[in-house]
Amino acid sequence: MSKIVKMEDLNKAKKRGLDALMPRKTKIMVGMATSGIASGAGEVYRALDSEIKKRKADIILKKTGSMGMDCIEPLVDVITPNMPRMAYGRVTAKQVPAIIDQILNGSIDKEKPTYYMGEEDFIVTGEKIKYYKGKKPASLKGINAIGDVPFYKKQVKLATRNCGLIDPENIDEYIAKGGYFSLYKALTTMTPDEIIEDVVKSGLRGRGGGGFPAGTKWRSCRDAEGDIKYVICNGDEGDPGAYMDRSLMEGDPHSVIEGMIIGAYAIGAHEGYIYVRNEYPLAVANLTKAIEQARACGLLGKNILKSGFDFDIRISQGAGAFVCGESTALMASLEGKAGEPRAKYVHTVEHGLWNRPSNLNNVETWANVPLIIARGGNWFSAIGDKASTGTKVFSLVGKVNNIGLVEVPMGIPLRDIIYDIGGGIPDGKEFKAIQTGGPSGGCIPAKLVELPVTFDDLKKAGSMMGSGGMIVMDEKTCMVDIARYFIEFLESESCGKCVPCREGVHRMKQILEDICEGRGQEGDIELLEDMAGAIIDGSLCALGGSAPNPVLSTIKYFREEYEAHIRDKKCPAAVCKALIEYRIDPDKCTGCGLCPRVCPTGAAKGKIKKIHTIDQKKCIKCGACVESCKYDAIIVE
Amino acid sequence: MNTQKITKNKIKGIIGRHEAEKTSLIAILQDMQNEFRYLPKEALVAVGKHLDMPLARVYEVATFYNAFSLKPRGRYLVEVCAGTACHVKGGFNLLAKLERELKIECGQTTKDGTFTLEQVRCLGCCSLAPVVRIDNDIHAYLTQDKIPRILKKYRK
Repeated sequence: MSKIVKMEDLNKAKKRGLDALMPRKTKIMVGMATSGIASGAGEVYRALDSEIKKRKADIILKKTGSMGMDCIEPLVDVITPNMPRMAYGRVTAKQVPAIIDQILNGSIDKEKPTYYMGEEDFIVTGEKIKYYKGKKPASLKGINAIGDVPFYKKQVKLATRNCGLIDPENIDEYIAKGGYFSLYKALTTMTPDEIIEDVVKSGLRGRGGGGFPAGTKWRSCRDAEGDIKYVICNGDEGDPGAYMDRSLMEGDPHSVIEGMIIGAYAIGAHEGYIYVRNEYPLAVANLTKAIEQARACGLLGKNILKSGFDFDIRISQGAGAFVCGESTALMASLEGKAGEPRAKYVHTVEHGLWNRPSNLNNVETWANVPLIIARGGNWFSAIGDKASTGTKVFSLVGKVNNIGLVEVPMGIPLRDIIYDIGGGIPDGKEFKAIQTGGPSGGCIPAKLVELPVTFDDLKKAGSMMGSGGMIVMDEKTCMVDIARYFIEFLESESCGKCVPCREGVHRMKQILEDICEGRGQEGDIELLEDMAGAIIDGSLCALGGSAPNPVLSTIKYFREEYEAHIRDKKCPAAVCKALIEYRIDPDKCTGCGLCPRVCPTGAAKGKIKKIHTIDQKKCIKCGACVESCKYDAIIVE
Repeated sequence: MNTQKITKNKIKGIIGRHEAEKTSLIAILQDMQNEFRYLPKEALVAVGKHLDMPLARVYEVATFYNAFSLKPRGRYLVEVCAGTACHVKGGFNLLAKLERELKIECGQTTKDGTFTLEQVRCLGCCSLAPVVRIDNDIHAYLTQDKIPRILKKYRK
């Protein structure tokens, strides 16, 4: 790898990168982020590899990250010179020979692509580069352009601009898309103050949950006293149901690294740390490679771009503790200690890692920085909402048709995310609530579906932005059970330092368990509300401070569901096992014999072609019969 | 993946890969966990000596983080995803089914040492919910009736 010192070197790398991105021969890219691999992309990749070798075909095979639409993975993209880019969704190894056939004979008749891309957005440079010249090929009739696919239509990709489009292991491809030009601009033409000014102007707020203005934080850290300062990237994405940071670290690690170098220069730091969650081995592998490449190019290390500025990054792996997503706990963990948070009045920008000024931002925040420097703070602040600028990446999961990562401009109504992008609720069920903000967020009810997604609106509704998990719930989700689920999570992840969090959350869990198991009493709701106040006031960190949120927001919007559990000993959503019964609908049962066969306790009984029954004394409510019944004959209520 | 034999040399080798600084503690324990699939007592003692740290401190960190286990694990680690997406799609029924099939409770290892059953917070493959991971294999859209057949494959 050749050193990059001058603009000329960057341009050379850019040219190499463009040749790799859009080569003069056919290239196949397989989405091999964790989501793709879990869906079977590894098998598809191996099948493609052996098929290409077997036929001695002149085709390049590459890996890429995730485009976000997890529900159509494994995703295979075919880039043929002068042809639109074809994306094949839900590919299996069996389809591979037919796809290679099509590539070799130039047709698309056997395997229909899911969508095509006519051009690629180079958002950092503001260019759009076409995959082909002239008219749209006639063979594309009936195939959607990516911009017409409902899942992508309302998305604006800033932070995830390169995910699923570049080979994350090739620095040249990142440079081809405008990467490291911002670093060049920052280090050779801007002063640290000008950089901070631009970030302030952009209105960028922390994407990790708190929403604190990034520019203000940088300024405080720059102004803090001390010769040694640190920049830290928080990649300890611990919220269940949230994985956008993983996708970024896996699919576009250089965007995070470039952001950190720019930040370090602005703040005056020479050492950086990326703290990655223990469960993310691929993110660690891709970041490690990217750091090595950046070092080899001289973009990390001594005298970067001959500016006299030195900076390097180390990766530190977490060891599985949710609380380490909290900045002070994360810093304790970086020091090799148990990750216990400390009081917030000591600011980490002044006394952070090893008691030195430290600036911590989340993965997505860092990834936005190169874009802000390239296009300017004003350009960025024009996107999204006035007080919440730019975009936010969400993982849209749960009871929704299109599951995946979506990046939307701030201020977009929840409805657009759930119905337009997400394609609504499966099986004709009714939308009930959406949970945002991770375990310490809240549940927003269906009646607030027009709520604009901004830091402040979500907070006002009793939830929060959080790191970006969005879990859609339908009528079959019990809100008391959900509150119990989150409180149980927080109970086991509480570090135990503060009594209100350690004991209070534990007690809340017991009360919620009682309610779910039919032992709820009058006054329990009020007791929960009362305790919530004490826990919020009495905890040091955000984990305890927001732990009662899932309980408070569900009580606020779904009080009648709590009351049904407590007074009528009924679970309206038919989830809480102690409050429900499994019965067989005699009108629907055909006597097929399946449920008696799968029932683990012998509760489901009946001869073939005779209506079956369930013995309530033996039933353990495991749900096996519901799963097996093809006639929808098991009533649960 | 088999549990590795614990030898003094192996412990020494792992410790030797890291600087003798207190900040190395978590990284050393991670390597130990990867090598032995749990943290044997002799390893904790050796780490404490090497870093000049009371055993209590080492124990504090070893028990604070979920990635570390002080008990030996079975040949296969069965992890039921307890992420929110898996929960709303009934992942808890899978855990109960696995407990019945393996005749152990969550957190325990089968008598023959084949399986250890655990819950994991979120595997981040929410589009495939509910999921169970057995070592490195993700089993997607899992239903209770598929579980006996899957376990059989590993038992071989």
